[in-house]
Amino acid sequence: MNKLKILSKSIWVFHFASAACNNCDIEILDVLTPRFDVERFGVKLVGSIKHADAMLVSGMMNRKGAEFLKDLYDQAPKPLAVIAFGSCASSMGMFKVSYNRVIPVDEIIPVTAYIPGCPPRPEAIIDGVVKVVKKLRGEI
Amino acid sequence: MKTIFYFLVFPGFLFALIVGMVASYIERKVTARVQWRVGPPILQPWYDLLKLFTKESVVPENAHLLTFLATPVLFMVSATLVAMYAGMAFFFPDAAFQGDLIVIVYLLTIPPICLILAGAASANPLASLGASREIKLVLSYELVFWMTIAVIWVKTGGELSLVNIMNKPPVMYSYSGGIASVLALFVMQAKLGRVPFDIAEAETEIMAGAYIEYSGPLLGFFKMGQYILLATLPFFISSIFWGGVNVFKYVALLVIVILVENTNPRLKVKQCLKLFWFILFPLSLVALILAVVGL
Ligand code: SF4
Repeated sequence: MNKLKILSKSIWVFHFASAACNNCDIEILDVLTPRFDVERFGVKLVGSIKHADAMLVSGMMNRKGAEFLKDLYDQAPKPLAVIAFGSCASSMGMFKVSYNRVIPVDEIIPVTAYIPGCPPRPEAIIDGVVKVVKKLRGEI
Repeated sequence: MKTIFYFLVFPGFLFALIVGMVASYIERKVTARVQWRVGPPILQPWYDLLKLFTKESVVPENAHLLTFLATPVLFMVSATLVAMYAGMAFFFPDAAFQGDLIVIVYLLTIPPICLILAGAASANPLASLGASREIKLVLSYELVFWMTIAVIWVKTGGELSLVNIMNKPPVMYSYSGGIASVLALFVMQAKLGRVPFDIAEAETEIMAGAYIEYSGPLLGFFKMGQYILLATLPFFISSIFWGGVNVFKYVALLVIVILVENTNPRLKVKQCLKLFWFILFPLSLVALILAVVGL
């Protein structure tokens, strides 16, 4: 069996929140609740980047956070999927003109999937999970 | 040749691992049902394990290399040895030897020691915190555990062989044995590191404690050891207190563990020590006195 195929059956997610306005973080917890329950697909939240198979990046990435993000990415055991979560992380969102010099995540590390929305609805998140699984299996 | 078969296939490594994975599936599924969720598919523990062995292992720069690499393997091997001795007494009574109770009780302390060493060797503040908490946890439950073993010893008239203990009438059906078997449930919960005694890995406080720096295959060895322990401990407790094992007794013990896990908050380190030393230890003393008196 293909390595990445196995990976796609048991994705452990590490959540990196860089100055998110907290709506994104709450929505992530939503998909673990009974109504959406992503544990059906083997998705689990873990607390250490060393255990992670996917890194979920939410919030606006500023110059200070970018260094930490890069560090964490280097420390993580590969293969690792990176998911840009919410419009802030994917495309700077409403903080585009901020004095804080925001950068989108894909300019720092390679991104596997984007989940749009501000904040994304749980359905969009599950769609994102499907996208990551498909990408890992090489179907898209 | 035969010993290798006992160790690697049945009732050792392979058998215990498969039982442990099924037990872990039951645990996750029941937890999910308690929370009104659907839960993972039945092969989920197997996928998790397989995935961990396909990933790379990252070793921290400042870690003590030998200890860091050896402890996960030792953890798994000692858990497997426990599974082998406990299983031999049940499946091959002729091949088991006198005094294996003591061996099992000693072997059961090696996994926590490995965990402590692993935490201390990984050069991470949270891992050292996890190690220190694990030490306190071991200090709390070990005393009570030995007292319950002593109750068994007195009740069965000085038996130290698992086979003979299983052939006697179950210890549970007496006042002292009843108290001791309830205490053993507490100890089992703590030895498995399940809530309310999961202070050493406390996901929400110190991430994963001693496991924090482990990744890939090394974490996989720890996971295998945990599965094997999850398979073995209810088996062991049931065979010394409930007079032998069968599927119903095993699942009943497992479900007790899971339900306690799902209905309790995590204790603080201090509360855990207090519970074991000042509440459960006197109780175990009472049980021992009752056993000596003959109740
Ligand atoms: S995407 Fe929207 S909800 Fe998410 S952190 Fe940015 S502003 Fe907040």
